[in-house]
Amino acid sequence: GEPLLAAFAPHKTLLEVLREDLSLPGTKHGCELGECGTCAVLIDGEPVLSCLVLGLECEGRHVETVEGMAGKDGLHPLQKAFVDLGAAQCGYCTPGFLLTARALLEENPRPTRAQIQEALAGNLCRCTGYLKIYEAVELAAAWMRGEQAEPSKQTLYGFDFDESGLLPVHRS
Amino acid sequence: MSSSDSPFPIPHSRLKTRVVGRPLPKVDAHAKVTGQTRFADDLFLPRMLHCKLLRSTIAHARIVSIDVSKALAMPGVVTVATGAELPIPFGILPVSQDEHALCTDRVRFVGDPVAAVAAIDEDAAFDALDAIDVVYEPLTPIASIEEAARTPEPRIHDYGDEGNFHKLVSMEFGDVAEGFDAADKVYEDLFFYEGNNHLALEQHAAVADWGPDGKLTLYSSTQTPHYVHRALAKVLSLPAARIRVIATPNGGGFGGKSDPFQHEIVVAHLSRVTGRPVKICLTREEVFYCHRGRHPTLMRVKTGVKNDGAITAMHFETALDGGGYGSYGVASTYYTGALQTVTYKVPAYRFDGARVFTNKPPCGPKRGHGTPQPRFALEVQLDKIACDLGLDPAEMRRRHLAPRDSLTANFLRIGSMGLGACIDKVVLASGWRDRRGRLRQGRGLGLACSSYLTGAGLPIYWNAMPQSGVQLKLDRSGGVTVFCGSTEIGQGSDSVLAYLVAEVLGVLVSDIRIVTGDTDLTPVDLGSYSSRVTLMTGNAAIQAAERARELLREPVAKNLGLPRDRLVFAEGRVFDAEDPQKGMSFGEAVILGESAHGTLGTVGSYSPPPSAGRYRGAGVGPSPAYSYSAAVVEVEVDPDTGITRVVKIWIAHDVGKCINPLLVIGQVEGSVYMGLGEAMMEEMAYRSGVNGNVVHKFPSMLEYKSPTTKEMCDVETFLIEDPDPNGPFGAKEAGQGPLLPIPPAFCNAIYDAVGVRIDEIPATPEKVRKALREKSRGRAGRVGPTSFPAIPYPPPIHVPTPEQGGDGRAVDAAVTGAGGVRGAIPGGAARP
Repeated sequence: GEPLLAAFAPHKTLLEVLREDLSLPGTKHGCELGECGTCAVLIDGEPVLSCLVLGLECEGRHVETVEGMAGKDGLHPLQKAFVDLGAAQCGYCTPGFLLTARALLEENPRPTRAQIQEALAGNLCRCTGYLKIYEAVELAAAWMRGEQAEPSKQTLYGFDFDESGLLPVHRS
Repeated sequence: MSSSDSPFPIPHSRLKTRVVGRPLPKVDAHAKVTGQTRFADDLFLPRMLHCKLLRSTIAHARIVSIDVSKALAMPGVVTVATGAELPIPFGILPVSQDEHALCTDRVRFVGDPVAAVAAIDEDAAFDALDAIDVVYEPLTPIASIEEAARTPEPRIHDYGDEGNFHKLVSMEFGDVAEGFDAADKVYEDLFFYEGNNHLALEQHAAVADWGPDGKLTLYSSTQTPHYVHRALAKVLSLPAARIRVIATPNGGGFGGKSDPFQHEIVVAHLSRVTGRPVKICLTREEVFYCHRGRHPTLMRVKTGVKNDGAITAMHFETALDGGGYGSYGVASTYYTGALQTVTYKVPAYRFDGARVFTNKPPCGPKRGHGTPQPRFALEVQLDKIACDLGLDPAEMRRRHLAPRDSLTANFLRIGSMGLGACIDKVVLASGWRDRRGRLRQGRGLGLACSSYLTGAGLPIYWNAMPQSGVQLKLDRSGGVTVFCGSTEIGQGSDSVLAYLVAEVLGVLVSDIRIVTGDTDLTPVDLGSYSSRVTLMTGNAAIQAAERARELLREPVAKNLGLPRDRLVFAEGRVFDAEDPQKGMSFGEAVILGESAHGTLGTVGSYSPPPSAGRYRGAGVGPSPAYSYSAAVVEVEVDPDTGITRVVKIWIAHDVGKCINPLLVIGQVEGSVYMGLGEAMMEEMAYRSGVNGNVVHKFPSMLEYKSPTTKEMCDVETFLIEDPDPNGPFGAKEAGQGPLLPIPPAFCNAIYDAVGVRIDEIPATPEKVRKALREKSRGRAGRVGPTSFPAIPYPPPIHVPTPEQGGDGRAVDAAVTGAGGVRGAIPGGAARP
């Protein structure tokens, strides 16, 4: 992370400060009322809706946005897994999901599917139906545990495939 | 395509293709996971002003006066616009140009914009709204289909077929009366499908920049830059050549961003007036007022069947609540009667459709555009018929499928048809045969099928030009740039262009640059709607790439001393089929090509085949190919609360050919999710009679329920590949079709679980509980509409079916004239 200095009107939310004063537009907004989870960021490691936090409240604290996830040596495993599994379709909700999932994995390196659903229940997505997001979190978790992990064939090809990965051609 | 492009080792495969059919990452994935993707609201231009719209608080009123003087005097306000400055109307369909950028004389729903403020920041613009005084003269509002049907005056619009009926259509294919006579049993049912919103997480946003050279650039989150381009040229009276519309990546579209919008025209006008860039971003509440979502639709379905379930005739009546403006409504109306014939054989078919105006936000296209509602009615009715005849619902459908390569009664041409394989797959996977009807009380399985078009066969404004165009730029660096007017709304259209060009030219996907959705830089494509993008831009891209490949073949063959047809274009190289080491890099091939022909560039385009129907209304429904889906839904119903938990969904989708199976699964799972949201909870509900007003019940994401990770269920997706000759490598659509079977399968599962019929969407816990209470009191365990209003459908046009030797024309259209001039060409789509 890097220390940042910004001057802004006291009533501005952290979301507005990030996007308008710190040139970090990666954090998105979807509802103005703290209902959709799209603006989630991490403050001192905890997922928080940046539209419900005043910028002033973040003085001296560690705020993490999607722009800070990738490191020198490339994408964070969660970002890589989202890329590999098409878990980002339109990508508008993706920043919120990535950061919330990151907080989950730091606390629980081997989450069950139910625990992932619970952790991400506050983030809405309208494109994916959430399934590829679960699989990407599970894949990234395995990588972060140092395991050699690959997505199942069902994730890539669906449930109907032959051993060569070719989907059977049906003549009805 | 070397495996370096694919993150996973590719098993040796019988696939003849190297890129197509692979689960590759999307070309825009890296930008989307790092926050680099620039959505419309992420654009900040120097000296940019902010615009806010003042919206009507009254559902139906005449505007007596608007006083903006106090607002103009407020600090930070640069200018205020009203409807008088933008008098030219516009609208997506040529037949219903009924919108103004700002209302000129009347407001037609709570949220209709009447004034626009441009200020130095959003707060100043917001504060100025309160200082604008508007005097309204309220008119009686209309809040429902029934109310509109019985209230011809005052008319919400001065056009439309009669009173507050925007559109009235009636058509008969073959002899329906004869068909009902030949039936062993005739069933008649009523269904209602409530409206709902796209709820894309990105609110609409646009930035307009009117340059000192008199040229306008508009950045907007739109699915159809081409149609926005046309609307701007019309309303601003500015030559289209001086307008540039750039479609920024959509943070979700689903049909909600496919009209030209008032806010886009307003910021363009304000930018001209102020000489400064102007940005607008709608609040979530404003997105609900923009709407263009699913039409609430009341349906009466009469179907005659033989004892084995074969359909002998069907009479389908629909009534759509259109809201305050036309939008796509005429097309939506026709769509509610178009696709009933492409799944099961329907030898005689009659469709009566009506759309009314009401004082509510306008409805338009949402994923499935006018076909999920009738599909819900048809698939639930077939379930009732199967139960009544003692037949297995899956087997009954399986036995009477519409044949492949055939022409339906309403002259839709079916090509490949994999619905049989889809049904077999989900019946097998769900254990349907030994579990349906045999699970414990409260647990049930429901099945439904559907079909959807792979792109609307006819353009929205009639013209003979291609529907899609692609240009390729080949470079000595070995890179290829693909230019196309299509728009990436999260469905993967940019990626599909890259995969297809990489397959044909043998270039690495990572060496391809995609430039799309920019009316200055890219050839016209009509936009991302009706699932047309993969097929139409794909075929255009393949044509352009094949032409480019042929330009290189000659000089490379000569250089290598080989016969032309022994060259292989693959893995970023061009080489001898019999000696792969003998060859050159693609860049070297381009150098030879450029040396021989000069600068290299090719174009490709696509026009769908002509449609067979030539009757009024035939323009809605034809498509180059139809996808098919079958789904089984398993539910657990709590009889005390009526809460229905979805345990699992099995869905098989005939996609023709996967260009990328991973992305197709993403579209199927996303469609299932959206269908589930509509089946369980989503509804655009209104309160009327609130001191004479009609107000939206839940204009926020807290009250407007949509499924979270807690409500979404596990889904097993089966991709059935039955390649269609009209699709690129056989590919058909996947973005909308899989939504359609979910609402009916959900309600059929509730019936199997607890024996009650919910004949309306959403099937909320309250309705399930009410139906259970009714049943426990010995009455029919059903919740649903109980009446259908009297609707002045015109006398039907008569179109002999193909089986009757018909040629697609109506026989008596000229004679009866259907009761005088019936307005312009519907949907602006049918050929004259």
